[in-house]
Amino acid sequence: MINQVGRDIPDVYLKDGVEPFQGIYYRDDYEYTKAAPTVHAYVKPNGDKLVDSIHDVLIKSGLKDGMTISFHHHLRDGDFVVNLVMKEIHKLGIKNLTVCASSLGRAHNYLVPCIEDGTVTGISTSGIRDEIGEVISAGKLKHPAIIRSHGGRARAIEDGSVKIDVAFIGASTSDAYGNASGKGGQSDTGVLSYADGDAKYADKVVIITDKIVAAPNFPASIKGVDVDYVVKVDSIGDASKIASGALRLTKDTRELNMAKEVAKCMYHSGYFKNGFTFQTGAGGSSLATTSFLKAYMAKDNIKCGWAMGGITEPIVNLFNEGFVNKVLDDQAFDLAAVASAHTKGHFEISASQYANPFNKGAFVNQLNFVILGALEVDTAFNVNVVQGSNGVLRGAPGGHPDTAAGADVSIIVAPLIRSRMPTVRDRVTSVTTPGESIDIVVTDYGVAVNPKRQDLLKAFADTDIPLKTIEELRDLAYQYAGKPEPVEFDDQVVALVEYRDGTIIDVIRKPKRLNYSQKALDKF
Amino acid sequence: MKIKTQAVAGTLESSDAQVMILPNSSGLKITLDSSVYDQYGKHIIALAEQTAKTLQLEDATVKIVDKGALDCTIKARIETAFYRAIDQQSGLPWEVL
Amino acid sequence: MTVINRIRRSMIFLNTQRAALVKDAFVYKPDCVILDLEDAVAAGEKDSARIQLYQTLKNVDYQGVERWVRVNALDSDLINEDIRAAVAGGIDGIRLPKTETAAEIQAVAKKIEAAEKEFGKKVGSTMMMAAIESPLGIMNAYEIATADKSRMMGIALSAGDFTRTMHAKRTVAGTELFVARSQLLMAARAAGIMAFDTVYTDTDNEPGFKKELQLIKDMGFDGKSCINPKQIGVTHEVFNPTVQEIAHAEHILEAVQNSKDNGVGVLTVDGKMVDIAWVEGSQRTLKLAKAAGIYKGALV
Repeated sequence: MINQVGRDIPDVYLKDGVEPFQGIYYRDDYEYTKAAPTVHAYVKPNGDKLVDSIHDVLIKSGLKDGMTISFHHHLRDGDFVVNLVMKEIHKLGIKNLTVCASSLGRAHNYLVPCIEDGTVTGISTSGIRDEIGEVISAGKLKHPAIIRSHGGRARAIEDGSVKIDVAFIGASTSDAYGNASGKGGQSDTGVLSYADGDAKYADKVVIITDKIVAAPNFPASIKGVDVDYVVKVDSIGDASKIASGALRLTKDTRELNMAKEVAKCMYHSGYFKNGFTFQTGAGGSSLATTSFLKAYMAKDNIKCGWAMGGITEPIVNLFNEGFVNKVLDDQAFDLAAVASAHTKGHFEISASQYANPFNKGAFVNQLNFVILGALEVDTAFNVNVVQGSNGVLRGAPGGHPDTAAGADVSIIVAPLIRSRMPTVRDRVTSVTTPGESIDIVVTDYGVAVNPKRQDLLKAFADTDIPLKTIEELRDLAYQYAGKPEPVEFDDQVVALVEYRDGTIIDVIRKPKRLNYSQKALDKF
Repeated sequence: MKIKTQAVAGTLESSDAQVMILPNSSGLKITLDSSVYDQYGKHIIALAEQTAKTLQLEDATVKIVDKGALDCTIKARIETAFYRAIDQQSGLPWEVL
Repeated sequence: MTVINRIRRSMIFLNTQRAALVKDAFVYKPDCVILDLEDAVAAGEKDSARIQLYQTLKNVDYQGVERWVRVNALDSDLINEDIRAAVAGGIDGIRLPKTETAAEIQAVAKKIEAAEKEFGKKVGSTMMMAAIESPLGIMNAYEIATADKSRMMGIALSAGDFTRTMHAKRTVAGTELFVARSQLLMAARAAGIMAFDTVYTDTDNEPGFKKELQLIKDMGFDGKSCINPKQIGVTHEVFNPTVQEIAHAEHILEAVQNSKDNGVGVLTVDGKMVDIAWVEGSQRTLKLAKAAGIYKGALV
């Protein structure tokens, strides 16, 4: 069936209530019953929940073939937890598991042999890149991977689309009863936002930490009332790769020039008022926008009500300098963000509070601005942030579709041509975020406004913002780079791209020319 | 035109291409390794063939390692490698390049 | 020729050998690019850069940005082919480095003319500018500026070699360049062509760069040679007339028009008496503002 963004979704995936994408607000007022976990009471005051090893906790948790396990990605590229757990599972010979991760990256590469030998047969994740992106692109996972945004994952857990049997939650610190935090340890993540739903909705909840602290470990991102077991390991992560020392502001003139245009668009949009709210990504141009924004705020004596999202040092600096009143944090990207988390005015929010379209108050709906990246944008403003132009999975929706749908003004910033690859094109390789929710595309060759935003076009008319139509941007990209030939794909579907409301916005197939060779187990 | 020595031009930087031309006794052979092979591979090979034809380059192997270069650069690197291979530095027939 | 009737605040040097640099440097919106075949290009890559120059000129639409080439010096064995490639590709102008005498300009003009004829270009269609890099060049600046009245667009100071030869040190204040800058500027104005200042090499020092820009703008220079894309925005910012300058120029031109209409002799604008000699300056301010896209009025 062809869905609302013109993508053909095979009928085989449209069953058990799964529908094709039908517009960003299609499920407004949707009625559903929240899922609930089946849990075991801890009536007897029988000491603590400490378990000696991951092996032991796997046995105690009752993990068996066909179950669903979950992980979060706050430990980012420094994560040891996923591989520690998967290695023990591999040893036990448990098969046919589904991994429900908030995101996956190069630190989680032990999933590759697990996928190849059927230990893991299903995956749902936001990020899908590096070796995991390759193995899934090559069709080695038995069932198509489900690519979910952060809000979409929170929704899927709460509405019962995903049932987590055992949640493994890496935490910087925990007390013996499982009150767990992203601070105070040797591998700090600041917050544990993405694990909130896992703790509340999984049947069994396991905290994995490398630092046990005295009770109560408050403020506790994960509450002991939800936790079954606590395992202490030598190390949950490589601190240097969890939060990089300094995400430096770009010095690249092209990126800075684009950032300047983004800030200019925000300034002239009509939404740049005292108390405005925004989120920006950690990419070069997105992050650099903050310094130009600061200049506008200083000039007009305007303060930001709150900034949200993955938090970085430039945002923390704006906060400390009084330009931003509050910080709503769902992920800490660097040491400054980790240090600032849980200090006065810097709040942790859960993935559901952040972006779940099915709860009653996601903060994305209160955003004035969001600044986002893109691998590709088509002339209908649809955006791809998941699949490389060569067809291989190499990205993550993260909060992209969520914030774009919620914010008053959603701004994409990307170079028009990367090396030779046109960003703006006739058709994106796959749709992650529908064009209906994208308002402005800022490139180094000019700025396009979605024609449905006549208010913005009017607001920009008397400015020096270099306005072009999206078709003009595409034509420029093709003029310089040449028109790309479409990549050829096999019929095999390797991943489903789920829109945040649970409908299917696109399917991803195996690229014909992808040469994948199985890797030796001892490599991992 | 036959070339006697092998020559190389260009770099492996992003947006550049490295082209090597080697003598070969059995016609023109073009090989391409490209970061944008799926989208532009056929186009680049056709461009290389056209460029070789303009240069009357025969009996040579042209090895292109492309890092997302635009046409003008791919063409320039082939031409540079060619003129290095025939050791001509001046008096180029610019109007036909 | 209408070589002067164009805004040339920034001229950015690009190493022509670097494909990633030349493929779309116009996105930085400089007024001119200088595709360099000289100092930036390694000795063994001169041929490669020259061919890249030709293919770039032929195939890349620079979106109205003026394209110059810096050829190798007149005493090199590279310049003939540099000029042939540039003219064949349709270059807008040729910048000769290390110019010391008018005869050199005339020698290069001859080579350009030969190339124009060889490649079927209109004779005289290729502009020239001279980079002056030595005390002798400064002494001969007026002769150089007037050596080819139809081709010469401007002269530029190149301070690196100049200060070395002068046994001087580069200072923040620029005292060591004061006479050279003044003399070059006078020669350009006397010849009726444009004047450009030397590059600022401390690319991370934006306050210092701004200060130097303000100095040369106040002296009367038309623009500056840039070596990093990030210098372009700042250069334009300083060279563009300010809102106050534009308003004042408008007031003067309007007052002059009114006085003509009403037959009034003496007039004052913004509290000051206006000298008729200011009209030309006001017109230049508004023309510059218009070319920079910051004045949309109809007075010029």
